[in-house]
Amino acid sequence: MTQHSIDTSPHVSDEVRKTTCYMCACRCGINVHLRDGKIRYIEGNRDHPVNQGVLCAKGSAGIMQHYAPSRLSTPMKRVGPRGAGEFEPISWEEALQTATDWLQPIRETDPAKLAFFTGRDQSQGLTGWWAQMFGTHNFAAHGGFCSVNMAAAGIYTMGGAFWEFGSPDWERTKLFMIFGVAEDHDSNPIKMGLSRLKEREAKIIAVNPVRTGYNAIADEWVPVTPGTDGLFVLALIHELMAAGKIDIDYLIRYTNAPWLVIKNPGGADDGLFARDKDGKALVWNRKTGKPTAYDKAGITPHMSGEITLPSGQTAVPAFQLMMDKYLDSKYAPEAVAQTTGISAEQIKQIAAQLAHVAFEEEITIDTPWTDWKGEKHDKMIGRPVSFHAMRGISAHSNGFQTCRAIHLLQILLGSVECPGGFRFKPTYPKPSTAHPKPGRGQGPGKTLSGPPLGYIQGPEDLLVDADGTPQRIDKAYSWDAPFSAHGMMHMVISNAYAGDPYPVDVLFMYMANMSWNSSMNSRGVMEMLEAKNDDGNYVIPKIIYSDAYDSEMVAYADLILPDTTYLERHDCISLLDRPICEPDTVADSIRWPVMEPDRDVRGFQSVLLDIGARLGLPGMVADDGSPKFADYADYIVNHERKPGIGPLAGFRGEDGTQSGRGAPNPEQLNKYIENGSFWSEELPEDARFFKHANQAYQDWAVKLGFYDAPQPVTFQLWLEPLAKFQLAAAGHGEHQPPDHLRSRIADHFDPLPDWYAPFEGEALEDGAYPLHAITQRPAAMYHSWGSQNAWLRQIHTTNPLYVPGPVCDEVGLVDDDWAYLRSHHGEIKVQIRRMEAVNSRTVWTWNAIGKRKGAWGLSKNAPETEKGFLLNHLIHELLPGSGEGLRWSNSDPITGQAAWYDLKVSIRKAEEGAGTSEPNFDAQKSTVTPGDSQLRYGQEW
Amino acid sequence: MTMLPPEPTKKLGLVIDLDICVGCHACAVNCKEWNTGGYGNALSDQDAYGSEPSGAWLNRIHSFEAVPMDAQGTPQPSDARIVHFPKSCLHCDDAPCVTVCPTGASYKRAEDGIVLVNEDHCIGCGLCAWSCAYGAREMDRASGVMKKCTLCVDRIYNENLPVEDREPACVKSCPANARHFGDLADPSSDVSVMVASRGGFDLMPEQGNKPVNKYLPPRTKTSRCASQTRDDEVPDLVSLAQNNQSTGILGWLDRTLDAIS
Repeated sequence: MTQHSIDTSPHVSDEVRKTTCYMCACRCGINVHLRDGKIRYIEGNRDHPVNQGVLCAKGSAGIMQHYAPSRLSTPMKRVGPRGAGEFEPISWEEALQTATDWLQPIRETDPAKLAFFTGRDQSQGLTGWWAQMFGTHNFAAHGGFCSVNMAAAGIYTMGGAFWEFGSPDWERTKLFMIFGVAEDHDSNPIKMGLSRLKEREAKIIAVNPVRTGYNAIADEWVPVTPGTDGLFVLALIHELMAAGKIDIDYLIRYTNAPWLVIKNPGGADDGLFARDKDGKALVWNRKTGKPTAYDKAGITPHMSGEITLPSGQTAVPAFQLMMDKYLDSKYAPEAVAQTTGISAEQIKQIAAQLAHVAFEEEITIDTPWTDWKGEKHDKMIGRPVSFHAMRGISAHSNGFQTCRAIHLLQILLGSVECPGGFRFKPTYPKPSTAHPKPGRGQGPGKTLSGPPLGYIQGPEDLLVDADGTPQRIDKAYSWDAPFSAHGMMHMVISNAYAGDPYPVDVLFMYMANMSWNSSMNSRGVMEMLEAKNDDGNYVIPKIIYSDAYDSEMVAYADLILPDTTYLERHDCISLLDRPICEPDTVADSIRWPVMEPDRDVRGFQSVLLDIGARLGLPGMVADDGSPKFADYADYIVNHERKPGIGPLAGFRGEDGTQSGRGAPNPEQLNKYIENGSFWSEELPEDARFFKHANQAYQDWAVKLGFYDAPQPVTFQLWLEPLAKFQLAAAGHGEHQPPDHLRSRIADHFDPLPDWYAPFEGEALEDGAYPLHAITQRPAAMYHSWGSQNAWLRQIHTTNPLYVPGPVCDEVGLVDDDWAYLRSHHGEIKVQIRRMEAVNSRTVWTWNAIGKRKGAWGLSKNAPETEKGFLLNHLIHELLPGSGEGLRWSNSDPITGQAAWYDLKVSIRKAEEGAGTSEPNFDAQKSTVTPGDSQLRYGQEW
Repeated sequence: MTMLPPEPTKKLGLVIDLDICVGCHACAVNCKEWNTGGYGNALSDQDAYGSEPSGAWLNRIHSFEAVPMDAQGTPQPSDARIVHFPKSCLHCDDAPCVTVCPTGASYKRAEDGIVLVNEDHCIGCGLCAWSCAYGAREMDRASGVMKKCTLCVDRIYNENLPVEDREPACVKSCPANARHFGDLADPSSDVSVMVASRGGFDLMPEQGNKPVNKYLPPRTKTSRCASQTRDDEVPDLVSLAQNNQSTGILGWLDRTLDAIS
């Protein structure tokens, strides 16, 4: 019989257009194959520094996102009550003029009456600048409810963070610890990196209450109890310190461990650094016995003891304070075992392994380099231990301190920025002092004094009135959350509704599903958005919303500005925002319209510039008052933050040959497109490690324009800005916290990494809510976007609650039973599944699968609405015990990070009943046309 | 009944590493994306935005919890873990899906061992799916023909693709490098070497289908450092205070600083 003959070389595509993915926050390079004007195939770009050719499930499902029936198609204005989803199409001219008419009077009278919050925005370089030009400090993206604890702890401690700003040295590390990571940022690079570790048989230790995903393939699993990672890490530090397994030479060279801290209990300078007349911190020279400036080359300082300074002050090296704290027996493995759920034996064993690999398996690279003091080194010494941490660490009210504790552990081992350790990605590291401070409002019709978000150094930098009243609507940079470097988006609607600290006039949001999965207390938020004053007007008077899809939040807006899909737009992934660099590579990238929109939609950033021009905002209009930029693409090329520095660093200068600095190049976007939509440049060989202290790196960074003068970083183990807040809490200084916050600041702002029990559990009656409840992001979904995707929703159609075996046995639950899950705030009904590979007191589910009926172009009986659910209904934005005028945000007291994972619950069996999860809300009216029931995508080929 | 060809001298197939698969579904979705516009009919989806969404896929990831037993057969829940198990056609040497096919639509290619369906001849009777021990075949409900992994036969030889891209979509896309493609009949190929060194195994060998695809087992979760030092060889940390030779941490600090200066 003759074998069937087939064409093994069929035509693939007419054209390949290269752009940047936006199916999650990873920002991989993609090749979009077009055939007959449609998308034939999307694959990873092999040349791209982020993903090197691979592509995740989300990225591979881009076709279904681009063609999703849930896409909005025209500007709309609300005609029914808020929340119902009743709209009328309007023209872009009417939409833009309406927005302008709402915003113009605010800018002329009180710019702070605009709250502009931008969700999962990848254009904060533009959006933050727009807010600054408008003059409102009420701006942030979603970092405050995502992972500001990671960013702030990293930047204040060592000038850079885990997140996507650094990476383990995947090629050299021999022991890798990963804390609290499911599918967060950097998803493809982490998978690629884990695979490199496996190839080299490096050991992976996973610290996570749930043994899924990355944790399932780790060599060792540490089933930590949520919110206790910090205590576990401090026990490791206790063990290492007690055994003398720390890198003293590294601490002297690169950290403030030798800096002298003033010891003056009760005094106004207690806990501050002793400084010379130029303000330089002092160390205690071991040879001369005298204090001397920390940056003097070639000295060995004392690391212990107590000195009386010429000024008469008593001071001790910070390291002495570290020994005093961490050698205390309360951090002994036996003392923390019960709280952390980790045996003393496992803690000791991990400490021994860390010490062994760091100090007995040292690696070296024979590249000479020179440090910032001018001292020459003939090689780079590596301690091949590395760490990564993410959401499970950050989403707790003790997350900032916990993340600092992990950084302290890394630094004690000498493993930051060395071969085999944790490596920064340019433009990091950069000390917190080199970042701007948050801009201040300057009055009607005026811009802010600087960018709205920044890094404060003490109480004097807070955005508060003389009486301590917060100036920002979310109370960021107030005594409630002084170091809230990403704002506090989760508090905006709640505060605006309560008029605390004041009401707003316009709430303007982008890509932020606040009436559903992006808020705590979703039902409460829906009611706040619907609430009216006695005069019949909404409490939050006007809501403008931009989204590409018919999300739950659409139903609550008064004016809809429909955005494009990620394949129809310009974007720039800028060094001025969150760059896509790798440790050896500086890089940025663009998106461009590889498909033309077939609907009446516009890219949000172009719309924002249009509104800015209509408002006459500085920088957005030419001298004659006409719009300065035709659209976002024009801005990307021609906007300069300062001369020679613009949104994109590649192909600058008139001939396109300059990098970093250079005049705008009219051909810049074409150059990017020709190059695969990214630009990258390798770091010089001798600049690749010890970047915080490496002269060659610092010089290169100045050349590229990251900053104008070298910014070496001394790692801040003792964090003086925290000490300043403790002094204020004790009554010192002219800037004083309100009395109700004094003890909270005194107790939690320890200048050394510390652990305290998460707030929600502490505020509850003992035993009433005995279980922890958390979520994980599934690898095949990115928050709420996944469910509208015909392929991805087949993978995660519903989300069971995973319940530990022992709890199932206690409560009498078996697979597919229904159960009530109760918190101090509410109760939900969910379907359960038994699981053993989870911390025995922790229940969990996948994040953001549950949907409101009518949203996302899904049918009203979609499983996501019938059986899917959110834990959000159990989480309040305020802590138990709020009341009598006090509103304690459910957040980290230092950074304001939303404490999603502090949630405590009880569980009991429920009757099946209707077999649907509860609460179940009325449907919102869909604003889009339902899609075809049957898809045969690509049948014609 | 359809005949199998003589044993092919080239056996193209996949090697799937269960030690590194994190269950992310990248391979499954990229497969769907390539193949819905590729070989044969589209991979259709039904009730795409409704109450019972389903569709034809050539590759699916099964995630399940494994609870190991001790020597006495007692489950050890404290050692439970999630296993991610990607599953697609294994291109068996003795493929019952071929021999059971009444029309000759299912066939195994003589030149490389790939099992394919000639969709023009497929009558959608489903016998092949019943005969497959692995559940690797799926009916496309729109076209009424049987779909299965083609090993991206329209990629691996495709002269319209750059040479480095001539591999199955699942292999190219896998972020964890858990999937490998090659000739398993050639003992010197990368995939054969990998199978030999890592203890690669046949899925359900007792079925006698002689699958070409192989799986690499998860490595034992011993606590092993890169230097091959076993945990029990990593000495416990001895506190300086317990060390009779030392004068506690301050003495250690002094000696360390002396050595630095």
